Amino acid sequence: MDPVEIIQHTTGGVIGLSWLMIAFPLVGATILLVFNRYTNRWGHLLGVAMSLASFVVAVLAFVELLGLPEAQRRQAVHLWEFIPGMVDMGLLIDPLSIAFALLITGVGSLIHIYSIGYMSHDPDRRRFFAYLNLFVAAMLLLVLADNYVGLFIGWEGVGLASYLLIGFWQFKPSAAVAAKKAFVVNRVGDFGLLVGMFLIWTTFGTLAFAELKPITAENPTTLAIGLLLLLGACGKSAQLPLQSWLLDAMEGPTPVSALIHAATMVTAGVYLVVRSGAFFFPEGSGAALAVAVVGAATLLAGAIIGCAKDDIKKGLAGSTMSQIGYMMLGAGLGPVGYAFAIGHLITHGFFKADLFLGAGSVMHGMNDEVNMRKYGGLRTYMPVTFATFFIGYLAIIGFPLLSGYFTKEGIIETAVHAQPILGWLAVAGAGITGFYMSRMVFMTFFGEKRWEKDAHPHESPTVMTVPLIVLSIGSVFLGGYLILSNRLMDWLAPAVGAPAARPEFHFTSTTGLATLALVAVGAAFAWYKYGRAEVPAVQPRGSFLTTFARRDLYGDAINESLIMRPGQWLTRLAVFFDNRGIDGVVNGLAAGIGGSSGRLRRLQTGFARTYALSILFGAAILTGALLLVGNI
Amino acid sequence: MSSLWLPILMAVPVLGAIVVALLPKGSTTLAKQVTLLVSLVVLALTLVMAFQFPNAAGERFKFEATYDWIPSFGVHFGVGVDGIALVLIALSAVLVPIVVLASWHDADGVKAADGTVVAPKRSVKTYFSLLLVLEAMMIGVFAATDVFLFYVFFEAMLIPMYFMIGSYGGAQRSYAAVKFLLYSLFGGLLMLVAVIGLYVVAGQGTFMFPELVGAIQDPATQKWLFAGFFIAFAIKAPLWPVHTWLPDAAAQAPAGAAVLLVGVLDKVGTFGMLRFCLELFPDAAKAFTTPIIVLAVISIIYGAIVAIGQTDMKRLIAYTSISHFGFIVMGVFAMSQVAQAGAALYMVNHGFATGALFLAAGFLIARRGSPHIADYGGVQKVTPVLAGFFLVAGLAGLSLPGLSSFVSEFMVMIGTYSSEAFGSGALAAAAIVSALAVILAAVYILWMVQRALNGPTAEPVKAFKDLNAREVWVLAPLVALIIGFGFFPKPLLDVINPAVTSTLVNVQVHNPGVAEKGAGQ
Repeated sequence: MDPVEIIQHTTGGVIGLSWLMIAFPLVGATILLVFNRYTNRWGHLLGVAMSLASFVVAVLAFVELLGLPEAQRRQAVHLWEFIPGMVDMGLLIDPLSIAFALLITGVGSLIHIYSIGYMSHDPDRRRFFAYLNLFVAAMLLLVLADNYVGLFIGWEGVGLASYLLIGFWQFKPSAAVAAKKAFVVNRVGDFGLLVGMFLIWTTFGTLAFAELKPITAENPTTLAIGLLLLLGACGKSAQLPLQSWLLDAMEGPTPVSALIHAATMVTAGVYLVVRSGAFFFPEGSGAALAVAVVGAATLLAGAIIGCAKDDIKKGLAGSTMSQIGYMMLGAGLGPVGYAFAIGHLITHGFFKADLFLGAGSVMHGMNDEVNMRKYGGLRTYMPVTFATFFIGYLAIIGFPLLSGYFTKEGIIETAVHAQPILGWLAVAGAGITGFYMSRMVFMTFFGEKRWEKDAHPHESPTVMTVPLIVLSIGSVFLGGYLILSNRLMDWLAPAVGAPAARPEFHFTSTTGLATLALVAVGAAFAWYKYGRAEVPAVQPRGSFLTTFARRDLYGDAINESLIMRPGQWLTRLAVFFDNRGIDGVVNGLAAGIGGSSGRLRRLQTGFARTYALSILFGAAILTGALLLVGNI
Repeated sequence: MSSLWLPILMAVPVLGAIVVALLPKGSTTLAKQVTLLVSLVVLALTLVMAFQFPNAAGERFKFEATYDWIPSFGVHFGVGVDGIALVLIALSAVLVPIVVLASWHDADGVKAADGTVVAPKRSVKTYFSLLLVLEAMMIGVFAATDVFLFYVFFEAMLIPMYFMIGSYGGAQRSYAAVKFLLYSLFGGLLMLVAVIGLYVVAGQGTFMFPELVGAIQDPATQKWLFAGFFIAFAIKAPLWPVHTWLPDAAAQAPAGAAVLLVGVLDKVGTFGMLRFCLELFPDAAKAFTTPIIVLAVISIIYGAIVAIGQTDMKRLIAYTSISHFGFIVMGVFAMSQVAQAGAALYMVNHGFATGALFLAAGFLIARRGSPHIADYGGVQKVTPVLAGFFLVAGLAGLSLPGLSSFVSEFMVMIGTYSSEAFGSGALAAAAIVSALAVILAAVYILWMVQRALNGPTAEPVKAFKDLNAREVWVLAPLVALIIGFGFFPKPLLDVINPAVTSTLVNVQVHNPGVAEKGAGQ
C-alpha cells in the first residue's frame, strides 16, 4: 500500500498551530542570544520552558491526529510563499513527523532539564541553553517541513547547532577543530543532498512532498537521486564513508552528545531515507540496497570501534554509529523495515540518551574523567546512575523483553529474510555489541577502584537523576509497546506505506535465538577479560586488530592522505599560482622588457607597467576563450 | 512624463558632499554627522520610492526621466529603474549609512601596536564628501538608461574610490590604488570603443538603451561589441583571470570603502552583463555562453581554494567574493528565469553578507592593527559580541540555509542545473561542480573562525574591548537583513522577477519555468 495522499490543512485546531513547536524554542534562542548576559540568571529556565512548551504542542497535535481517520492523517500546513514559483514554506503533520517531534521535544526536554545540573558550574550556561533551543527548533523544522528546501534549512540548522555545541568549549583547540571537522564533513553530505534537489526539481518540477508521486519501479534518475540523498544521510548520520566526525564530536558537553549525537540529529539521515522512501527507495531497488549495505557496513564498523575505546563517550559514539547502522539497514528494506528502523530510532533515542547522560553523571562525579581505565567499582557510589545505566545497557544489547530487543530483533529478522548476508552481519554486530557494552559496564561500575587520587565519586543531583529514571523507564517498556501487535507499523502506515504482509513477532525464531546466543558469548567474553581479570590502569599495547579499532579503522588516516594532504597541496599551489602565476608571468615579461624600456621607467612606476601588462595578459586569455568557441 | 525621483536621489548626496566639503576646517564631527544625515535621507527616499515601485507608471522602466545632454550625439541624461536596478540602488542606499557609521574613525589614521603609523591621519571632510559623491554615482550607474551616461558613471566612480583607497588605505595603499585604477581604466577603454561602435553601427542617432535593444542584428558585429562590454564587466566583477586587482584593493582599502567596492561597485560588472551584454547582443551572448560559464565555474572553485590559503583576513574575504561573483556570472549566463533571478538576488545578498564580514573583520583589525589571522586567537572568549557578529557574517558567507545568501546561491545553482537554454548537460555539469563550493566555503570560513576566534586567547587579544554601541548599530541592521531575507526573500524576488522576464524576452530565450514543465508531465 502506498502512503496516503497529503491534504492541505484547512480547519483550525492544534495542527494549524503546529508552527508553534518551532517558534517556541526559536524565540527562546533569540532572547537568550540577543539579551545575552542580562538573561544569565534565568536563561536556563527559559530554555527548559520553551522546550517543554514545544513538547506540549507536539502531544496535542499527536492527539488531534489520533482522532482523525487514516486517510486524513497527512496534513500540510501552508505557512508562506518562500521562493515564488519554486517552493512554499509549510509543515507536514503526519504520523512520521509527529513521531519524530515527540521524540525530539520529549527526550530534548529531559536533556534540557538534566543540563541545568550538568552545566551549573559553567559560566556560559545561558549560551548553552540558547544553542540547545536553537537545535530543537532546527531539528523540528527538519522533520516537520513539507518540502526538501525546508528540510534542508533544518538540516543545516542542526548542523550549525551541532557545530556550536561541539565547539562550546571552543577555547580548547581540540574542541574547535572537532566542531569545524563535523561541519565540513557534513557539508560533503550536504553536497549530495543539494545536487539531489537539483535533480528532483528538474525532473519532477517540484520540491514539495505532496506533489511527488510514489514510484513502483526504479529508473536511472531516481536511482541517482536516491544515491545522492544517501550521501547526505551518510554525512548527517555518521555512516561510512562520512563517519569520521562523530567520534571527535564527543568534545562537546555530554548532554549535547546525548541529544544531538545520539538521540536525534544523527538519526536525521534515517528520517531522510524513510521520508523519501516511496519516491526514491522503493522496496528491492538499487538505491534501497545501497542504503542497506551502508547500514550493515557501518553497524559492524561502529561496533568494532566501540570495542577498543577507553574513553567512555567515544565508546558510546562508536555504539551510536553502529546502532544507526541498524536503522539504515532497516530503512533499506521497505515498509516493514521502515517501521522497525523508526522503532529502533525511538527506543535508541531513549536508551542511548540514558547511557550518555549516565556517562555524564559518572563524569560529573569523577572530575570530568572520561577514561574508563580510571573508573571501576562505581556502582555503590552512584547507585541511581548505575541502575539506570544498567537498564540502558540491557536495552542496547537486546536483553529479552527490553526495548532494544524488540526493535533490533525486528530489523535483524527482516534483514535475514530480505538480504540474508546483510542480516547475518547484523547478527554478528549484535554479538559485538554484547561484548563492548558489557566491557563498558564492567570497567566502569565493577572491579577494583582505579581512580585518580583526587576523585570523590558521588551521586548526581536530583535534577540529573530524574531524567535518567524517565529515560530508563522508556528503555524498558517502549520497544514492546511499539512492536508487539505492530502498533508502530500501523501508526506509520499512512505516512510510509504498509507492507504487503504484516510480520508477526516470534520470540523463538532461529535468528532471534542465534542473536541472543552471540550476545551472551560477547558478554561472557567481556566478563572474562574485564570482569574476572584486573583491568590494567594503563592501556596495553594490544594486537594489530586492537590498534585498527583504536584508530577508528584508520578513517582519519584515510581522509588525511586522500583528501586533506592533497587539498593542502592544491591550496598552496593555487595560492602560488595566483601570486606568481597570473601576475608573475607578466612580472617576468616585464623584467625581460625592462632592459629595453629603461627610459620609460623614469616616466612610470614599475608596477604600473607591470599591471598594465597583467591586465593585457588576462584580457588575452578572456578573448582567447571567447574566440575559441565564438569564432569572432 | 518625467519622474523626479531618481534625479533627486542623485542630487541629495551631491549637495551633501558639497556641504560637507565647504564646512569650516576642523569641524570633523559635524562633517560626519552631516554625512550620516544625508545618507539616511537618501535611504529614506529610496525606501519610499521602492514601496511605490510596484504601482508606479511605466512598463519595464519606472520613474523614468530623460533630458537632452549632448543633442548632437543623441546623448541623454536618461534615468529609470527596473526591478534589478531598484534592488541594487536600495542595496547602495542601505550600505552607505552603515559604511559612514563604520568609517567614523577611518580617516583618523591607523597605528600598529608598536606605534608605527600604518595609515596617517587624513582629512575627514574629504573622505566623507568622497563617500557621498560615490553614493550619487552608484545610484546613477544603476539608474542610467542611456548607455553613454552609464559609461560616464562607470568610469567616474573610479575617481572617488581611487582616492579612498590611495589616501585612506593601509600600508600598500598607493600600490593597490594604482593597480585598481589601471585595471579598471583598461576595461573602461574597451567599453568606450564598444559604446561608440554600438552608436555608429546601430545608426539610431541615440544612446538610449531601450531604443538600442535589437538594433544590432549582424552576428559578427554583435560578437565584437559584446566582447568590448564583457571584458570591461569581467574586470569589474571581477572574473578569473582578470581578478588579481581585487584582493589588493580590498585588503588595502579601509573596511568601509572595501564594503562599497566589493558590495556595490563590483556589482556594476555583473549588472552590466545582465543588462547590456545580454540584451544588446543576445546572439553573441548565446554564442559565448559556454566559455563564460567555464570561466565562472573556474572563478567559483579557484576563488574558494585560494581563499582557503590566505593568511590575511581581508584578502581572504576578497577571494571568497571572487568565488561568489563566479556564481553570479554563472546565473546570468545560464539564461533561465530562476538562475537570473537568483543572480540578481545574489548581487544584493552578497552586498549584505560580505559587507557584514568586511566590517566585522574591520572592527577586529582596528583592535589589533593587523589583518593577519595568525595574530589573533581566542577572540570569542574576550569579545563574545564581536565574535558572534563575525560568525553570523561568516555563516552568511558560506551560504548557510536560513540566511539570505543561501536563497540566491540555491536559485543560481538549481536554475543553472535545470536551464534548458542550450539543451545540453553542460549547464548541469557546471551546477554540480559549482556545488562543490559549499564544502570549500565551509573550510575557508570556519578555518578562519577557528584560527581567529577560537582556541586559547592570544596575549594581545586579552586587552580587546567588545563592540561599542556605534559598532553594534553598524552590524545589527545587516544581520537583521541577512536573517530576514533568508526566510522572506519574496519582496525582493517579486520586483526582480518581472525584470528578469523582460531580459529573457529580449534575449529571445524560451525557457519555461520548470514548474510549468512539471505540470505538463
